[in-house]
Amino acid sequence: MFNNVLFMEKIKITIDNKLVEVSKGTTIYHAAKANGIDIPTLCYLKLDHLNIENRPGGCRVCVVQIEGRKNLAPSCSTLCTDGMVVYTNKVRVLNARKTVLELILSDHPKECLVCSSSGQCDLQKLSQKMGIREIHAVENAEMSTYRKDFSPALRRDMDKCIMCRRCETICNDVQTVGALSAVNRGFMSVVAPAFEQDLVDSPCTFCGQCVAVCPTGALTPFDDTAKVIRALADPTKTVIVQTAPAVRAALGEEFGFEPGTLVTGKMVSALRTMGFDKVFDTDFAADLTIMEEGTELLSRISKFLNGDKDVKLPILTSCCPAWVNFFEENYPSMLDVPSTARSPQQMFGSIAKNYFAELLGIKREDLVVISVMPCLAKKYECQREEFSTNGNPDVDYSISTRELASLIRFANIDFNSLPEEDFDRPLGESTGAAVIFGATGGVIEAAVRTAYELYTGKKLTKVDFKELRGLEGIRTATLDFNGTPIHIGIAHQLGNARKLLDGIKSGMYNFHAIEIMACPGGCIGGAGQPLHHGDSSIIQARFEAIYREDAGKTIRKSHENPYIIKLYEDYLGHPMSEKAHHLLHTKYFEKNKN
Amino acid sequence: MTAFKLQECHKKTIEDICNSYNNDPGDLIKILHKCQTAFGYLPEDVQRVVAKILNISVAKVYGVVTFYSFFTMTPKGKHAISVCMGTACYVRGAEKVLDELKEQLKIKVGGVTPDGKFSLDCLRCVGACGLAPVVLIGDKVYGRLEASQVKEILDSYED
Repeated sequence: MFNNVLFMEKIKITIDNKLVEVSKGTTIYHAAKANGIDIPTLCYLKLDHLNIENRPGGCRVCVVQIEGRKNLAPSCSTLCTDGMVVYTNKVRVLNARKTVLELILSDHPKECLVCSSSGQCDLQKLSQKMGIREIHAVENAEMSTYRKDFSPALRRDMDKCIMCRRCETICNDVQTVGALSAVNRGFMSVVAPAFEQDLVDSPCTFCGQCVAVCPTGALTPFDDTAKVIRALADPTKTVIVQTAPAVRAALGEEFGFEPGTLVTGKMVSALRTMGFDKVFDTDFAADLTIMEEGTELLSRISKFLNGDKDVKLPILTSCCPAWVNFFEENYPSMLDVPSTARSPQQMFGSIAKNYFAELLGIKREDLVVISVMPCLAKKYECQREEFSTNGNPDVDYSISTRELASLIRFANIDFNSLPEEDFDRPLGESTGAAVIFGATGGVIEAAVRTAYELYTGKKLTKVDFKELRGLEGIRTATLDFNGTPIHIGIAHQLGNARKLLDGIKSGMYNFHAIEIMACPGGCIGGAGQPLHHGDSSIIQARFEAIYREDAGKTIRKSHENPYIIKLYEDYLGHPMSEKAHHLLHTKYFEKNKN
Repeated sequence: MTAFKLQECHKKTIEDICNSYNNDPGDLIKILHKCQTAFGYLPEDVQRVVAKILNISVAKVYGVVTFYSFFTMTPKGKHAISVCMGTACYVRGAEKVLDELKEQLKIKVGGVTPDGKFSLDCLRCVGACGLAPVVLIGDKVYGRLEASQVKEILDSYED
């Protein structure tokens, strides 16, 4: 209460000769921003409502002049005081910014033309804005160089690191993964895993959120687009593609559409134009996931209610590969708790390489399955050994939303003028329940829609479970399954997942089912999505788009997808059948690398 | 020199050190300091155990170890040689003594001889300026040293 009063107290400051009123406790940076002055910064980052803030005050790009103060002050970490007079654009300030920027650039490779972050790079953009045409700082100065590190999901090129430490904050404070830390000092300081080992040997989950906030090309996704092009050019291969639900809610941003614009039809059209033999939907596999995971949930709950003491509850969702890596690393004693259902990407791959290849009458080796994902961890997931048969992976390559956008540009397709087209059948049919897999709370809502009807034998009158939706980090709800209360927990971002799991271990929480997604907002905020550059309203807009797509679907419950019903009739038998177990379920391994 | 193998007794030592600071991550630097005193250096395994006990990431521990120049991940020799390079020692010829040590041992400052017998470091002032230049070998202080005496002193350490 006291804090609140403090926070509400108003003070007056003058910014660039303009008198403005701000709440006590506001930084100069935020006071300026609220008044239309966008002070540049390379290290400061804040995602409103998602509890993400990086404020090391390290880059010194955001400096401002304060009357009565000798030195320039970093606006991101200097609080406003009553009567303060601030200048953000005096020549002294601008020159200092320029010098700082030149000093940063003096130890930064000048390979912008071929850098994978070119066009997306905050450092590059700021250099353009500041009109940097030469670097006066030091001529022929030595550059700090580091060993490059390639993992299946992301690559580290620390020569390009400017020590903004956003990745460190995300990895430690937000995700609590603890793979990265600033190491060494002075010229040799860099952000790296312990003992400067490779990421694959560290506790890294490949969530990629470090990549999503990196202001330069130091942390970038592992690019698989060349492999996709090679597959498309190979006449002996049948190449099919699956697109994850979150992709359609964000791809448009790469082509100038407002955040939250759904571009499902154009995306399908683009993929078809690029030469994919079939354009399918991961949503189909999401419906399949619900059949398996929902059935598993119901079976565990029924056993529990019948007094079975050995049954593992709560059931944890297992769609998110970064989350799977996280619990394999951090909760090795709980490996039998998460659902054994594979993720939609892998279910799709398995059905494609077995059922669909059989339908086409071709060998699995001649079918190339590409996935388009909002995620970088999916690149790692599809390479996991258990998801391949005789060395042939179920999903050959996984590319991100951003990589798809660059493929579309490469193919010289005018995305904006494309017609709206529909997915191919059978693996392209999906329901509203599958679409919401892309947002936090969506997987569990989809599961509830099916589980409720299977458990109670009654038709749902209202399929929207608004109590499960939202962007708060941890959410809980109790649903009424015809008199049986079902307790649900939801967390997004791995730090929140850890809180939830530790809460269960200590007996603070008691749930039947828990959904966890590693990224802010769920897959819509995935590291493969168009970069948000610190604007959380973009994630909010995608979130709303996902539920709009769901509301617009004729069928909104997974078990009513006619092609899913047919798949079970023709091929799988029933959910959790032996065949389903073999093709659609998996097991987990203890990692604990530390 | 064989690589450091973490034994149960080592774990116990680390646990005791951490315990004496209530396993508080805020005391990481003091804990690492004590560990370095106990083991002579901070090998990977020691850092892993410290991280586990304090419930912080190994990356963080490694970050601190690499930031402070006092911490070292290279094992010290059986006889750790420290050459004082403080002002008094320096003006009275510490550098010549140091050069002779480097020459005799064929290692650089911060290095260890291949047999693990000697390691060589520099420090700033041991508070014995009257004896300048001063060299410490283990706990023993050698004062008013000249480069010509170095070989004889080293030879006096047989194993």
